[in-house]
Amino acid sequence: MKFILNGATTEIVAHPMTRLMDVLRVECGLTGTKEGCGEGECGACTVLVNGDPVCSCLMPVSQVADAAVLTIEGLKGEHPLQQLFMDEVGAQCGICTPGMIMTALTLGPKPSLDDIKTALAGNLCRCTGYSAIYRAVLKWRGLDVPA
Amino acid sequence: MKTAMSGLDLRRATSLDDALRIMRDEVRMPIAGATDVYVALNFGQPMPRHYVDIWALDEIRTIAMRGDILVLGALASFTSLIRSPLVAVHLPMLVEAARLVGGIQIQNRGTLGGNIANGSPAGDALPVLAAVDAVLVLRSVDSERRVPITEFYTGYRKTVMRPDELITAIEVAPVEGRQYFRKVGTRAALAISKIVIAGVRSASPRIAFGSVAATVVRVPATERALASGATIDEAIRMLGTEIKPIDDLRSSAAYRSQVAANLLRRFWSS
Repeated sequence: MKFILNGATTEIVAHPMTRLMDVLRVECGLTGTKEGCGEGECGACTVLVNGDPVCSCLMPVSQVADAAVLTIEGLKGEHPLQQLFMDEVGAQCGICTPGMIMTALTLGPKPSLDDIKTALAGNLCRCTGYSAIYRAVLKWRGLDVPA
Repeated sequence: MKTAMSGLDLRRATSLDDALRIMRDEVRMPIAGATDVYVALNFGQPMPRHYVDIWALDEIRTIAMRGDILVLGALASFTSLIRSPLVAVHLPMLVEAARLVGGIQIQNRGTLGGNIANGSPAGDALPVLAAVDAVLVLRSVDSERRVPITEFYTGYRKTVMRPDELITAIEVAPVEGRQYFRKVGTRAALAISKIVIAGVRSASPRIAFGSVAATVVRVPATERALASGATIDEAIRMLGTEIKPIDDLRSSAAYRSQVAANLLRRFWSS
C-alpha cells in the first residue's frame, strides 16, 4: 500500500486495519505522533490527512491509501509555530504538543481567540493550562495577545 | 489496541452496489469514519471480526435538496454538516449539534449515518433527527425502504435494520417553527452528553431527548399537553412519566430528570 508521508511517497506492508498511528510509529519509525486516550478525546495522535486533522489512533491505515499524511516530523523542527511553543512555554511534558501543533496549523490566517479555543478543543493539555498555547498560536498569526 | 488485528479482516467497497453485494454475501459490519468502531477495538470490547470499508462511497456523501426535502447522504461528516449552506438554512439545529460532536478531528471523520447506526442513546445528532421526524433510507441489493427514525430503534443499540442493509441517506421534510438544541455535558465539546434536547417550537411542538432512555425518544404526551395549552408545569409533570433516565458513570437519574425538566422549561420560554 502506498501513501504520501511528509511529502515522500511511502510504501508499507501492513494489515489494512492497522491503526494509522501504529504504522507511523512502528513501521515508519516516526514517534512524534503520540498515543493518548485511544478514544478520540485527547488529540495527542492528531495528524493531517489531505490537510484535515484526524485522530490517527481511530483510522485504519487502508483509508490513507494514496492520501497525503503530514506528521510533526514533516515540519522538520523548523516551523515557526514549533519555535513559538518553546518560546512561550506552550509545551511542558510534550505529549500533547505534536497533536496540538498539527491541529493549530489548520487555523485560518486571522483566528479569534475563540476560533483557536474551538479548533483546539479536541487537543487536551494537562500541563500548561492552555494560555501559553493560545499565546503561541496568536503570535504565530501576528495577532495581539489579550492581557 | 487491545484487539488482535490478525483476527480481523476488511474488504474495501468501491461503490454502493459493490458494498451492498458484499453485505448480501457476507455478514460484515460497515466502517466509515471508524470513530466508534476503533474506540471499541482499542479497548478490546466484543466486536465483529469482519468489516466492509464504505468510506470511499462518495455517492452517499452529498447534501442536497430533492424538491423541498433536505437529503443528507449517510456519509456526510459532521464537518460537512457544519459547513453546508443547505443545512444552515433548513436544519440549523443540526449544525449546532454537529459542532458539539467531539473535537474537529472527530467531526472530520464521524458521519451522520454512523451516528445513527451506532445507535448510542447519547448520539448528539439523534434528538435533532427525531424532533423533525427524519426518515432513513435503507438499501440492500434488492430493496430500498424508508423508516422514520422514531421507528428505527427497538431497544438499547437495537434497530430494525437487517445485516444486509446500509443507511444511505437521511431525509428531512420542511420544518415549520423555531428550532432549539441544547446539550448538557461536562464540557461543551468532547464530552459524551449527560442529556440532550432538540425541539421545534410551533402550535404542534415536537420534542426529543437523548440520554434519558435506552434510545433517543420523542415525548408525545408532553407535546400534546403543550399543544393543547397546558401550563409548562403540567407539561413537566407529563414529561416525568415519559422519560426513564438511568444512573450511569456520566450522570444520575435524578440529575437527568431535573435537567430534562429545566431544558423543557427553557425550550418553551425561549
